[in-house]
Amino acid sequence: MVLQIDNVTKKFGKFTAVDQLSLKIPEGEIFGFLGANGAGKTTTFRMILGLIDQTEGKIRWNDEVIDYSKTDYIGYLPEERGLYPKMKVKEQMVYLGRLRGMDKKKVIKELNYWLERFKIEGYLEKKVEELSKGNQQKIQFISSVINQPKLLILDEPFSGLDPVNVELLKDAVIELKNKGTTIVFSSHQMSTVEELCEHLCIMQNGRPIVHGALTDIKRGFGKKNLLIHADFNLDFLSEIPGVLKAKEVTEGVRLQIEDESVSQTILTAIQDKGFVRKFDLLEPSLNDIFIEKVGESYV
Amino acid sequence: MFKFWVVLAQTFMTRFKSKSFMITTAIFLVFIFAIGNIDRIISLFDSGEEETDVVAIVDETNRVGTMLIEMTGEEFSHFQYQQVDNGLEDVQTQVIDGEYAAVLHITEGAPFQATFYTEQLLNNSLEYDINQQLQQIKVVALTEEAGISQAVINEIYEPVNFETAAIESPGGSEQRTEEEVSGARGLVYAMLFLLYFAVLTYGQMIATDVANEKTSRVMEILISSSSPVSQMFAKISGIALLGLTQISILILAAFFMIEQRQADLDAEFFEFFGFNDIPVATYIYAIVFFLLGYLLYATLSAMLGSLVSRMEDVGQLMFPVIILVIIAFMLSMFGLDMPDSEIIRITSFIPFFAPLVMFLRVGLLNIPFYEVMLSIGILVATIAVLGYLGAKIYRGGVLMYGTGVKLKDFKHALQLGKKDK
Repeated sequence: MVLQIDNVTKKFGKFTAVDQLSLKIPEGEIFGFLGANGAGKTTTFRMILGLIDQTEGKIRWNDEVIDYSKTDYIGYLPEERGLYPKMKVKEQMVYLGRLRGMDKKKVIKELNYWLERFKIEGYLEKKVEELSKGNQQKIQFISSVINQPKLLILDEPFSGLDPVNVELLKDAVIELKNKGTTIVFSSHQMSTVEELCEHLCIMQNGRPIVHGALTDIKRGFGKKNLLIHADFNLDFLSEIPGVLKAKEVTEGVRLQIEDESVSQTILTAIQDKGFVRKFDLLEPSLNDIFIEKVGESYV
Repeated sequence: MFKFWVVLAQTFMTRFKSKSFMITTAIFLVFIFAIGNIDRIISLFDSGEEETDVVAIVDETNRVGTMLIEMTGEEFSHFQYQQVDNGLEDVQTQVIDGEYAAVLHITEGAPFQATFYTEQLLNNSLEYDINQQLQQIKVVALTEEAGISQAVINEIYEPVNFETAAIESPGGSEQRTEEEVSGARGLVYAMLFLLYFAVLTYGQMIATDVANEKTSRVMEILISSSSPVSQMFAKISGIALLGLTQISILILAAFFMIEQRQADLDAEFFEFFGFNDIPVATYIYAIVFFLLGYLLYATLSAMLGSLVSRMEDVGQLMFPVIILVIIAFMLSMFGLDMPDSEIIRITSFIPFFAPLVMFLRVGLLNIPFYEVMLSIGILVATIAVLGYLGAKIYRGGVLMYGTGVKLKDFKHALQLGKKDK
C-alpha cells in the first residue's frame, strides 16, 4: 500500500500552495512532514484525502485514486481539532465510527481499549466540552484511529500536549505502525520527527526542499556539529577555515563545521592550550538541517 | 448510501431528543388544545364566581320595560332585567355600590327614548344587546300603530334569495363552485401558514446545524469520512423527517381535538373553511408544493450555512432567505383576495414564490394544467440547480473559515469545491 504523490500542484487563484510535489511514502512507515506555517502541509494532506482537488498531478494509494470508497481505511486528525462540544464521548465516537463504516459494537470495543490505554476510562459518558484540552485531544486522536486505518494522517498530533501525553501518543503511533499502518504526520517538533520517522520531507512555500530517508538526509547534509567543553577561551576557533558557525554554550562552544576532517584541525589547534573536558563530534540534528534549509528567520 | 442514512438518523435523533424540540412541540400542543377548548376556557373564567349582570330599568312609559323583560330570558343569558320603582338617582347610587350592573332609563318620546347608565363603558356587548332589543320593540310598536301585520314584518326581514353561480364555458373544464373555492381558501390559508412556519423553522435549523459543525470544526472529520454532498442531502432529509414528525404530531392532535369536540364546535367554523368540499387534486398539490417549497429553501439554507464560520453570522446570512419567504407570504395573502391578478400570475412562476403563490392559484382558480406543470418544472429545475451549486459551495465552504460572509466567498467556495476529475 504505497502512497504516491506525483508532480502535484495546487493553486488557489494566483497563489500556489503546493508546487510540483512528488513523494513516495512506503507502506507501514511513519513519514514526517516538516515545514513552516503556510508551507503547504495541510493542503497536501487535504489533497491526499480528496477533500480538495489538486490542480495538476496525481495522487495514488496502491495505484488507486483516494475517494469516498476508501475512507473506511483512512484515519485523519485535522490540525484544527473539532468534535461536537455538546455530545457525549461515546455517542460521538459511535457516530464518527459509523461514518467510517463500522458498527456500533465494534466502535465501543475499540473505544474502551483506547480510553483505557490513555487512562481516561471514566469519560465515556462525559460531554466533550467538559474535558480538559489535553483529554479532548486524546479523544480526537482516538476518533482518527478507531477504525484501525491502513493509512493514518496526523496533522500536528502533538501540539498543545504536555510531555507525558506526548509520550503516550507517541507510543500509540509506534504501536499502530508496528501493526502495519502507514502514518503520515506533520510536526514542528524536530525531536519527535527525528525519533519517529524513517522518511521525511521538509517543505517550504509548497516545495519539498529536503526529502528522503532520515539517515541519508543527515549524511548528505555533510556538516557536522562539534561540541567542546574546555577551561580556556575558545573564541579563536571561529577563525579556523571550515568552521561555519560558533555558538557559546554553558561550558564551552558548539561549532558547526563543514565536514568531519575539520574536527581534526580543531583538535590540533586546541592541543596544549589547556584542559579539554569534552570533545564530541555530533551528527547534525534535524533542527540544524531545518534551520539551514528553511532559513533562520523562521526559528 | 449507508453513510447517508447514518447522517440522516443522527441529524434526526439529535434534534428529536433535544429539549428545544420537545418544548416547541409541547407549546404547540397546548396551543391547539387551547384553541379547541376556547369556549370552555372562556366560560371557565366567566361563570363560577361571577353572577349574571342585573340591569335595572327605570321605566317612565310603563310598557317598554315590561316588553323588554318579556323578550329576554331566552336570548340573552348573560344578563337580566329588573324593573325598579326607585328614582333614577337612587338607582344610580345602587349601580355605584355594585348592586346593579347598569340602569336603563326609559322616557316617553317618539315612540320612546332610552338612556343607558353604566360604570363599565368598556363592556359594550351589553349596551349593544339592549340597543338591539329596543330597536325591535320600536319596530313592533310602530308597525302595530300603523296597522301592519306581523306576517308582513317577518317577510320584510326575510333575507333576499341571492346565489352565486359560475358560468360554464362551453367545452371547457368545470368552473369551481363557491363551496370549492371557499374550501380551497381554507386549505390555502392553512398551507400558507404551515409552509411559512416550516421554511423559517426548519431552514434555520439546517443552517444552524451546518454552521454548528463548521464552528466546532468537526466538519473536516465529517467530510473526510463521507461525501459532503451526501451529507448535505442527508441533513436536509433528516430535518425534513423531523419537520414531518412534528407537523404530523400537531395535525393528529388537531384531528383528535376536532373529533372529540365535533358536537360542541360551531358548525359554521367548518363551513367557513369547508374542508369537505375540496377536490382531491388540491390536496395532492398541497403536498407537492409543500415538499418542493421545503426542498428549495432547505437547499438554500444548507448552502448558506456552509459559508458561515461563526454562529453569529447565521442570522445575518439567513436574513435574505427570510425576506424572500415573507414576500412570498405577503403576495399570497394579497392573492387570497385577488387570485386572478396579473402580479399573482407572474409571481407564481418565480421559484421562490411559486410554492405558495402557485398553490394558491391552483386551489382558487381553474388554471390550465400546463401552467401548473410549468411552475412545478421551474421549481424542480431551480432546486436541481441550487442542489448542484449548493453541493459545490458546501464542499468548498466547509473548508473555508473567515469572518463575515462576502459575495466573493461564494466564488471562493465554488473554486474550492471544484471537481476537476
